[in-house]
Amino acid sequence: MALVKVENLSRVFDVSKPWLNRVIERRSKAFLTAVSEVDFEVEARSTYALVGESGSGKSTIGKMLVGLLKPTSGTVEIEGIDLASETDATKIDAIRSDIQMIFQDPYASLNPRWRVRDIIVEPVASRGGKTDGLAEKLLEQVGLSVQDAGKFPHEFSGGQRQRICIARALASEPNLIVCDEPTSALDVSVQAQVLNLMSDLKDDFGLTYVLISHDLTVVRHMAEKIGVLYLGRLVEEAAPEDLFQRPKHPYTQMLLEAAPQMDGFGREVQPPEGEIPDPINPPPGCAFHPRCPISQDVCKRQRPEMRVLNGSRVACHLAE
Amino acid sequence: MSDFPIPVKPKSRLRIALDSDLFYTFRRSPVAMVSAAVVLVLVLSAIFAPLIAPTNPFNPASLNLMNGFTPPMTPNAFTGESFFMGTDDQGRDVFSTILYGMRISLFVGVAAVFFAMVLGITLGLISGYVGGWTETIIMRTADVQLTFPSILVAMLIFGIAKGVTPVEYRDQMAIWVLILAIGLSDWVQFARVVRGATLVEKNKEYVQAARLIGRTPGAIMLRHILPNVLSPVLVIATISLALAIIAEATLSFLGVGAPPTQPSLGTLIRIGQGFLFSGEWWILLFPAITLLALALSVNLLGDWLRDALNPRLR
Amino acid sequence: MADPVLSIRDLSVEIPTRHGIVRPVDGVSYDIQAGEILGIVGESGAGKSMAGNAVIGLLNPPAHISKGEIWLNGQRIDHLKGDAMRRLRGKEIGMVFQDPLTSLNPLLRIGDQLIETMLTHLPISRTEAEKRAVAALEEVGIPGAAARVNSYPHEFSGGMRQRVVIALALCAEPSLVIADEPTTALDVSVQAQIIALLRRLCRDRGTAVMLITHDMGVIAEATDRVAVMYAGRLAELGPVRDVLTHPQHPYTHGLMASTPLASQGKSRLHQIPGAMPRLDAVPDGCAFNPRCPHATDKCRQAPVPRVSNGQAACWYPLVDEKVI
Ligand SMILES: Nc1ncnc2c1ncn2[C@@H]1O[C@H](COP(=O)(O)OP(=O)(O)OP(=O)(O)O)[C@@H](O)[C@H]1O
Ligand SMILES: Nc1ncnc2c1ncn2[C@@H]1O[C@H](COP(=O)(O)OP(=O)(O)OP(=O)(O)O)[C@@H](O)[C@H]1O
Ligand code: SF4
Ligand code: SF4
Ligand SMILES: [Mg+2]
Ligand SMILES: [Mg+2]
Repeated sequence: MALVKVENLSRVFDVSKPWLNRVIERRSKAFLTAVSEVDFEVEARSTYALVGESGSGKSTIGKMLVGLLKPTSGTVEIEGIDLASETDATKIDAIRSDIQMIFQDPYASLNPRWRVRDIIVEPVASRGGKTDGLAEKLLEQVGLSVQDAGKFPHEFSGGQRQRICIARALASEPNLIVCDEPTSALDVSVQAQVLNLMSDLKDDFGLTYVLISHDLTVVRHMAEKIGVLYLGRLVEEAAPEDLFQRPKHPYTQMLLEAAPQMDGFGREVQPPEGEIPDPINPPPGCAFHPRCPISQDVCKRQRPEMRVLNGSRVACHLAE
Repeated sequence: MSDFPIPVKPKSRLRIALDSDLFYTFRRSPVAMVSAAVVLVLVLSAIFAPLIAPTNPFNPASLNLMNGFTPPMTPNAFTGESFFMGTDDQGRDVFSTILYGMRISLFVGVAAVFFAMVLGITLGLISGYVGGWTETIIMRTADVQLTFPSILVAMLIFGIAKGVTPVEYRDQMAIWVLILAIGLSDWVQFARVVRGATLVEKNKEYVQAARLIGRTPGAIMLRHILPNVLSPVLVIATISLALAIIAEATLSFLGVGAPPTQPSLGTLIRIGQGFLFSGEWWILLFPAITLLALALSVNLLGDWLRDALNPRLR
Repeated sequence: MADPVLSIRDLSVEIPTRHGIVRPVDGVSYDIQAGEILGIVGESGAGKSMAGNAVIGLLNPPAHISKGEIWLNGQRIDHLKGDAMRRLRGKEIGMVFQDPLTSLNPLLRIGDQLIETMLTHLPISRTEAEKRAVAALEEVGIPGAAARVNSYPHEFSGGMRQRVVIALALCAEPSLVIADEPTTALDVSVQAQIIALLRRLCRDRGTAVMLITHDMGVIAEATDRVAVMYAGRLAELGPVRDVLTHPQHPYTHGLMASTPLASQGKSRLHQIPGAMPRLDAVPDGCAFNPRCPHATDKCRQAPVPRVSNGQAACWYPLVDEKVI
């Protein structure tokens, strides 16, 4: 059974100016659809990756998965329970401790005034659990030393901080960890350490990851299934081999073509046209049509539905 | 979990403080060290006034009217007694009245700033973290209050409070009313700074991590955000202290502050001012110098603290 | 070979701190030829930006050049101060930084910023400058350039702003452009556009470019030669294809091998143990020795020789070690 089940998930933000400004400038309210009708499932003990450019709604989905944001419509079910509509407090609490998140910025994710020990055990301590030796055990598991428990975050490098974040995420023995760009702030050599650690922990603890990233090479290495987002919509979902060898959606193709390649010496790419449109007024029909090299009339009028195509799912009228 | 070695003793808070950049810049700033020394001496002598002061100026038994208007360091014509800073019209030792006056001034200043700080931090944290209408109401109130000079606000509050206290308690309550008045006129800047810092902190990921594990807003504000917004508060508190001492002196000087039975530095200056042109300059001068030294060195300390805590200026 | 546009000789930058003097740039030497793009890579804190800032005289005190020489078109510039340096910066050296907003004056129309820069540095009339400003915006691919000269920076998207910055950096026809992480804040698709633009303009005009980045992919695609920096020192310098496919320095090798691309199909990534040392604790001898699989006693004691083109700063350079 799928551990995470996301159905028809949407999130709209009210980005209007304050009431007085609106009245004076005669503007109407403005809404930004950050996530729009997204469906996917994550199998237990697998890694599901969400990729997309900045503003495509990756973090917003991540926050809705862990319950930091409420969906505007649609549902997120984890182990069959929907945090947003569940009323049984014990069930909510049980699910809460089953979900953890790792954030992008290792400098902002640790309270600078707390000792590492207190940071790591907080998820357990705040529920009144037993924390003796817990921090020390977790520190060793993430490759730091027992002595580090008494230090403050500023004494650590970015990579070490991210290990502390991972230790904190593991403290409540979760099943699902949502990782929002866990290595974007790290250097390549440190990124390799952290990604390896994540892989090891996944095997040891039977974890399920939802990995959010804009780095295609990282996603390719880590994920069993990849969802590509464009302007808040899922445009393609496939296994890594399919996605990288046979990308079906024109946006995926563009993304793969544009990504700099380490063996692409002097590669003369025809850079993609245009930029991501304003999310407050997205283009009608297929949101990608102004930049799509193969767009047709139908693309401007009709939003393409997600359909299954050779084992992948793709939302494009013309993909084949 | 006994299979883990006992962790080596982590650095203590004191060790960390002594190693800190703050202490390092302190050691390298002569102005800061001198001001700190002055403040320390003044505060200690205020606290230990009963031990230091030659006389207790508020004990009528120890007063001798014959000693009135004795100039500093000169024996009194009638009693032959000599006073370091002279005496006032009632024969009270000026040095002693200053020590006791400083107690009142410092107590009112510290208590008022503390009151303003607690109020400002609480309202700032809440408006920054909760937002919405709560924030609008708190911050608009603050804006309105800021349009009036704070000394005016203090006088207003003092007047109202005095009006509602029964006559027989007025002198007794005067100090507390003073603290309330100065504190209420001063909370705005704490609230503003704390709100601004809270807005920054609440979007940081450590706060999201705390929300994620289900901590309550109260716990997040107190345990997570509060410790991280305190450094600017410390700067404002120090500078506010200097201002509060002066505000108290101003109010007392205007006769709406500390009563003559419990004279603060401001009251002393008001009393002394009456004798300036009749030649008894010392009754005014010494309290004025003390007030100046106290307010100036606290202020300099606050300035240094602000620069030292501001990474951009370092 | 023709004389290089920029020539850096044994450059060191020092910063006195309370824990002693740190050297974020330590004995670095390289040349950049006209029309050439030299990439500078390295981990965060390796001293890439510091080296770039030293060239343009933008070191924040107390950081200062403590040793070495910088030559631009045969003129020695490391001791230039104040006005002389400022004139040189606009005229001979163009700059593109990571955050386009910091390079643009938010209160001025972008056309005026271009015109002002050209009038300061080029002997041309105002009408001529106005014409060139439109042309410059067209050249960097701003649609409707004639109308857009009257826009303010905040009216542009991030990618468009970076194009404007590039137009601004190039409008006084400098011989050297220093681009410090010009695409790090941008999306992949926009990054590809900006890199292509930078390459085209510099090839066309024969401008020398110092391209600072930590993205190996950008280095591979955009540069001709690459300098790898580690803890303030040059680890390796050479033609980009040689350095990336057959690295001689164990650090470069580790860096390349730890990218997910090189470990494709393997369940674990190659990893270099540890992290780059802090500048106040750089080990004796070779700075890389605590993390290096080939380190010997010699590495731990004797400082490694400085490198010139095609060499690695290593006692035991790798031979024929292929990574990708
Ligand atoms: N609290 C918010 N209020 C208003 N708009 C928001 C809010 N959070 C996100 N958005 C908008 O929603 C869209 C999606 O944002 P999101 O952070 O999910 O993107 P992302 O894919 O994570 O991008 P990045 O790679 O930059 O992190 C963006 O256009 C963003 O501006
Ligand atoms: N005022 C200072 N005092 C001490 N060290 C400093 C100071 N300013 C910078 N440094 C150090 O100088 C080193 C070089 O910094 P630089 O900005 O050049 O790195 P970089 O290679 O550009 O890194 P990044 O990829 O993060 O931009 C860093 O290790 C930094 O910690
Ligand atoms: S639906 Fe049309 S516009 Fe959208 S990606 Fe497919 S072909 Fe392009
Ligand atoms: S000099 Fe020695 S330690 Fe340094 S990189 Fe070469 S082999 Fe490794
Ligand atoms: Mg994000
Ligand atoms: Mg830099």
